[in-house]
This record gives sequence, structure tokens and C-alpha cells, in this order.
Amino acid sequence: MVPTTYYLILSAVLFTLGALGVVLRRNVLIIFMSVEMMLNAVNLTFAALARHFLQLHGQIFVLMAMAVAAAEVAVGLAIVMAVVRHKDSTNVQDINLLKG
Amino acid sequence: MFLFIIFSLIAIVAAAGVILSRRPIYSALFLLVNFATLAALYIMLQAQFLAVVQVIVYGGAIVVLFLFVVMLLGGGELNARDDANPAGEDLRVRPAVRLRWPQITALGLAVLLLATVGYGLITGQLNPIQGDATTFGQGSVQAIGSVLYTDYLLPFELASVLLLVGMIGAVVLARPAE
Repeated sequence: MVPTTYYLILSAVLFTLGALGVVLRRNVLIIFMSVEMMLNAVNLTFAALARHFLQLHGQIFVLMAMAVAAAEVAVGLAIVMAVVRHKDSTNVQDINLLKG
Repeated sequence: MFLFIIFSLIAIVAAAGVILSRRPIYSALFLLVNFATLAALYIMLQAQFLAVVQVIVYGGAIVVLFLFVVMLLGGGELNARDDANPAGEDLRVRPAVRLRWPQITALGLAVLLLATVGYGLITGQLNPIQGDATTFGQGSVQAIGSVLYTDYLLPFELASVLLLVGMIGAVVLARPAE
């Protein structure tokens, strides 16, 4: 059996890669994909700890997180499409109407 | 352990591919490889139901949504003049599958993932029924169902309301401006 620590390390690496993608990339779709990768890393943490403590609460939380992620992706992509169609650019630095 | 190392390497390389790809279409496909690898890891964690839901919801709905939006917003043309195709050459005339680094990496990851899953299933290492009797059937549909509809009934119903609200919101946001 693989120790739980290894799963937590893998989840931390995936979360860090997702965070790097959010911070370093300028394409709004790739930023969104990196956010989804962060959510997946957290789901992996929950599932690993559910197996570690032999309780199902972690897996139920993963189910709820997946439902939230699905709804968030639907609404988020609708927003992204509306904004990109209006601005005609997928660069997040062009979305600066609120800039002081 | 060997299976875990291979799956984690695939997941990390696919995640790096997501954040380093020059085109969003490549990122979406690397993301799909990442989700599929996570589904295999869920099976190793005695979370069989979560593995199937991961493939269906994440791989079958969320990545498909991403691909739709990438295609609609113009990120998926083969011969677009961008960083991945600086010359702007018409890839419908020349061979469309030029083996550059994203293609090589993605092909290698996909073949490695399939081979590892196949190896794990054939040798029985990817079997969720391992460990002692307490972990047996921990992540099965019966176990999740018996908890989801009794202890977690309120979050379950709230999740369904959330999905309904999300659907209505997406329809409202995607209407053409009048």
C-alpha cells in the first residue's frame, strides 16, 4: 500500500502547478483550466485522507466539490465567452475596465 | 508502488503541459490526461465511485465544455498564425500532425497511461479490493449511497439546487444581447 504521504505530496505538486498556471499565464481559458487542476488536487487530498482514516466523509466531500466545480465551470465559461466576445481578446490584461 | 510512481509522473507531466502549452487546445487535452490519471489514482485509493464520477463529470463534461469554448473562441484552428505555428503555414496541405514537443509528449503520456492501466488491471494491482476487510468496499456505490442519502441528505439536495441554479445562470449569461 502506498503511504498517504505520497498522495499528499503529489496533490501539493499538482496544486502548485495549478497555482503557477493561474499566476503566470495570460490566456483566460488556461487560467480557468489551472483553477480546475487546483480543485482536482484538493479532491485527491480528500480521497487520500478518506482512505487514511477509513471514513467516507472525505469521499462525500469530493462528490460535493465535483458538483460545485461542474456548476462553476458552466457559469464561468458563460462569463468568459461573454467577456471575450465583447473584448475580442482572450488576454486577461485586456479586461481592465475597473482599473483605477 | 510502481503503479503509483508511473501515474504520478504522468499527472505531473500533464499538469506541466497544461500550464506550459502555447495553445489552449493543447492545454485542454493535457488536462484530460491529467483527469484520467487522477481517476486511476482514485481506484488505487479505494474510491471506485469517485473514479467513475471523475471520468464522467470532469473528463466527459468539464473538459468537453472547455473544448467547446476553445473552439468557439477561436483557439483551435490548425493553421492559425500563433506561437505554435509562427509561419502560419496551411496545415491542411502539409501534414497536420507535425511531431513537435506537445504532440510527442501528449502521445507518450496517453500511451503510457493506457499501458499502465492495462498492466495494473491484468496483474491485479489496480484492484480496489485490497488491504484488510475494513477498506474492502469503502468507496463502493453501496457505501457511498448509504451515507449520501442518510447523513449527507441536506448537502446532496443543496448540490442539486446548486446545479439547477448554475444551469439557469449559464443559459441567462449565454443569451445573445438584445
